[in-house]
Amino acid sequence: MQVTMRVNGEEVSRDVEPRLLLVHFVRERLGLTGTHWGCDTSNCGTCVLWMDGEPVKSCTVLAAMADGRDIRTVEGLEKGTQLDPVQEGFMREHGLQCGFCTPGMMMTARWLLDHNPDPSEHEIREAISGQICRCTGYENIVRAIRWAAEHPAKEEVAS
Amino acid sequence: MQTPAPFEYDRATSIDQAIGLLEQYGPDTRLVAGGHSLLPMMKLRLAQPGRLVDINDLDDLSYIRQEEAQIAIGSLTRHSELLSSPLLAQHWSIFAEAERVIADPVVRNRGTIGGSLCQGDPAEDLSALVCALRAQLVIRSRGGSRTVEARDFYLGPYETVIGPAEMLTEVRIPIHEGAGSAYEKVERRAGDWAVVAVGCFVKLDADRVLDVGIGLAAVNARGFAAPEAEDRLRGQPATEEQLAAAASLAAQHCRPQADQRGPEDYKRYLVGELTRRALRRAIDRASRGGA
Repeated sequence: MQVTMRVNGEEVSRDVEPRLLLVHFVRERLGLTGTHWGCDTSNCGTCVLWMDGEPVKSCTVLAAMADGRDIRTVEGLEKGTQLDPVQEGFMREHGLQCGFCTPGMMMTARWLLDHNPDPSEHEIREAISGQICRCTGYENIVRAIRWAAEHPAKEEVAS
Repeated sequence: MQTPAPFEYDRATSIDQAIGLLEQYGPDTRLVAGGHSLLPMMKLRLAQPGRLVDINDLDDLSYIRQEEAQIAIGSLTRHSELLSSPLLAQHWSIFAEAERVIADPVVRNRGTIGGSLCQGDPAEDLSALVCALRAQLVIRSRGGSRTVEARDFYLGPYETVIGPAEMLTEVRIPIHEGAGSAYEKVERRAGDWAVVAVGCFVKLDADRVLDVGIGLAAVNARGFAAPEAEDRLRGQPATEEQLAAAASLAAQHCRPQADQRGPEDYKRYLVGELTRRALRRAIDRASRGGA
């Protein structure tokens, strides 16, 4: 079947089997390997991307279900050459060690900050509670998200 | 890599059309909403439907609204919406308490109340919740709708009364002004299925228990409920002694099985303890105006 969706602002269209999972669609069919594929059981959260503005675990969504929807992956965080504050925060606060959980963590963090710009440590931990860091680097991940909260991107000036 | 067996896929555009597809293609066809119960089963090949009908576009199945003395919840309502609903919070604290311990925030963005109930997982929190509150479930087919009591909805693990060309469309939660409710769950780690969970509501008349509902998850209780404990408590003073007697009946009459989450006696112990805790908190809420 043919699926068409917007991915990071660009319309893409591919012929897929209905059973293809969204995580494999973005990684293998679109070559967007920033989204990682981990536990395959909606536990680890490294495959989190946004569908219609909400974080979802893409190992548990069919590409067919994303037909007509708006998808944002970790590749869509950066604006031009400007890193998102969340990316900057992970860099500055050493929010990653092996980096495997990072894309999912960052996508959930961005959504959290869009809806709660000044989250407490508890709120951050709750937001990422469906995501696992096997390096156990949670302290720095929380610090990285706090850093992003304290350094929001400057609003772009409309031309 | 877990991949479902091949299937055909349709996107439903209306409730009637979805039911029409179920009729046309027969029992090998399954509805999919959030997909967070069905897709994992398909990836493990425990379920191999020949066709999926995606109902995510049916916005008229997504609502939480008051209708006279009931709260009507559309079956496509997501967990995250149940968690944040002011209407549910106003009448039933049990909803937010249960939702906070169901999976995790990202999964709650997708999973729906209808999917959770229809999955019929013996450890499903919302099943215990709707059975505690004695909700009614509205099931639609081509000929019209029928309503079943939540406690009569389950035939056994992963099995419900829903027929092959039927669809759960609405959950109707009674409102009892002034009643209190609570949910208690023990899980091995955040977001896991319950080792044991207990939900309840209590309605008081002065210090006496006027009505009570107790739901049990993960202990193989018939209809996810503890009717013996409810009967014991109804009409009695809301004292610790009475709660303990009711809780011990709940522990006695459920049928937990030993598994990787714990041995049978541990689960029975938890049923007793969590029933007492949930009742205590529900009574406290009822005595302070309810919710």
